[in-house]
Amino acid sequence: MNKNLELITAPLRKTNPVTVLILGICSALAVTAKLKPALVMGLSVTVVVALSNLVISLLRKGIPAKIRIIVQLIVVAALVILVDQVLKAFVYDVSKQLSVYVGLIITNCIVMGRLEAFAMANKPWESFLDGIGNGLGYALILVVVAFFRELFGSGTLLGFQVIPQGLYDFGYVNNGLMILPPMALIIIGVIMWLQKPEEDKK
Amino acid sequence: MGLRKFLDNIKPNFEEGGKLHCFHSLFDAMETFFYVPNKVTLNGAHVRDAVDMKRNMIYVLIALIPCFLFGTWNIGYQHFLSHGETATLWQNFGYGLLKILPLYIVSYVVGLGIEIIFAQIRKEEVNEGYFVTGFLIPLIMPADVPLWMLALAVAFAVIIGKEVFGGSGMNVVNPALLARAFLFFSYPSQMSGDGIWIAEKADAYSGATPLGTILNGGGVDQLPSVMEMFIGTIPGSVGETSKIAILIGACFLLLTGVASFRIMLSTFVGAAAMGLLFNAIGTTTAMEVPFYYHFLMGGFMFGAVFMATDPVTAAQTNTGKIIYGFLIGAMAVLIRVANPGYPEGMMLAILLLNVFAPLIDYCVVAMNIRNRKKRWAKAEERSTK
Repeated sequence: MNKNLELITAPLRKTNPVTVLILGICSALAVTAKLKPALVMGLSVTVVVALSNLVISLLRKGIPAKIRIIVQLIVVAALVILVDQVLKAFVYDVSKQLSVYVGLIITNCIVMGRLEAFAMANKPWESFLDGIGNGLGYALILVVVAFFRELFGSGTLLGFQVIPQGLYDFGYVNNGLMILPPMALIIIGVIMWLQKPEEDKK
Repeated sequence: MGLRKFLDNIKPNFEEGGKLHCFHSLFDAMETFFYVPNKVTLNGAHVRDAVDMKRNMIYVLIALIPCFLFGTWNIGYQHFLSHGETATLWQNFGYGLLKILPLYIVSYVVGLGIEIIFAQIRKEEVNEGYFVTGFLIPLIMPADVPLWMLALAVAFAVIIGKEVFGGSGMNVVNPALLARAFLFFSYPSQMSGDGIWIAEKADAYSGATPLGTILNGGGVDQLPSVMEMFIGTIPGSVGETSKIAILIGACFLLLTGVASFRIMLSTFVGAAAMGLLFNAIGTTTAMEVPFYYHFLMGGFMFGAVFMATDPVTAAQTNTGKIIYGFLIGAMAVLIRVANPGYPEGMMLAILLLNVFAPLIDYCVVAMNIRNRKKRWAKAEERSTK
């Protein structure tokens, strides 16, 4: 049981897909300007990774090695289309903001990475937990990055004004660079920078 | 000698185990600042030369003094001009000093503070690198830039531009320009446009810089005269307006051998070449601006003399320096003329080439190795015949 728990907790820090494995950077830059799309994106990826891990793990003994990537892609694509339809049905505005990036979950390096590295060689339940863990690890970084970008870039959180009007009257101005993708890269870099010494200690 | 005695007296407090050990970086910095430190390296060969880093940096500071003095005067001059008042030399200068001193205080307190904290954590000495950066930063800002923005930009430039790479001498891009680029992209309304270049400008006065005029489709006839732009009585960033002051600084840097003449010269050649090319095409008013105007407008000359020649971020090989400078000049004019979003191309051109400088060096070295191999093969062939 302890081992299973670690499948979920390890990807949050020690083997975080974004800051340690450097996977899924592209979408982390694109969808983190605001907190809400980042949350939705994180959840969508978690669902897709977990379910595709489960399905591929169930199929793993029957998949011929030569065409395994194609099989994996078909499974992932089917799940992504499902997620996309659900988002369009229930949170249409966010779905519009995320635009192509939901579809691009198919090519998200984390999904393929986990399928290849974990699901192809492990039992379904462990694979499912591994998917949940990695999805949450990705979502965690997305939310942290989006928190700082939305707070300093727009002065809001989840769309609500957080920075008081008085501060603006005093001369405070929202930071335009925070809205631009380079700043997401810099924030991710800073997170890695803070995380690195801890790893070295272990 | 009282100061020396005082420093010696309080020194034991800062050594390992002393009660003020946590401030040893600050003490070290002060001692090095006032006196030549008595530290010697313990092993390995070591070349001693009169031109150490401290002297190099101080030469650059001396070269910047004309720009600083003229820029300070010009802040006051432009301010009173926009209000239609006439002021004496000292009124202009005093007004400018009141504007620029807070910028310097913020720049040095924030920048040196961060440097000292990092030096302390890394158990290194604080070095002189920031003195030049901190002196440059207010000179490339509009005089009215809010102080908290400046503090943020300095912190960003020193931490992200310099300390994450390992401190002075390890930085990839010029920290002073990075501070400006940070403000330029973060707070465009405070860093570009026509309204910000004159301190507390009167509303009715235009206050457009020559580059701003060109950007908005103005022709050469709407620009200030060549003489005005050369002397520097035009609105702009604090240090960049007077070409005479910059040239004095450039002569000093070249005579003392601190800056590379290859970079400076090739930057001008690059800009002239690009300018002439655009003159030959000449389909828009921006393209028709005579090439030598690009030397006089905006921060081109300041960048070419003080920024592009930064020995840390420039190319290191001699051929590389020429390529590096040429591309900076060409890119700067290209951005100015062809890009409708950014009137000042010099900052972006230098930052871009800073990033490419190691690649240029790599190619130059690789080419050299290949050429020598060819020569060697030929000589071999001849000797066997």
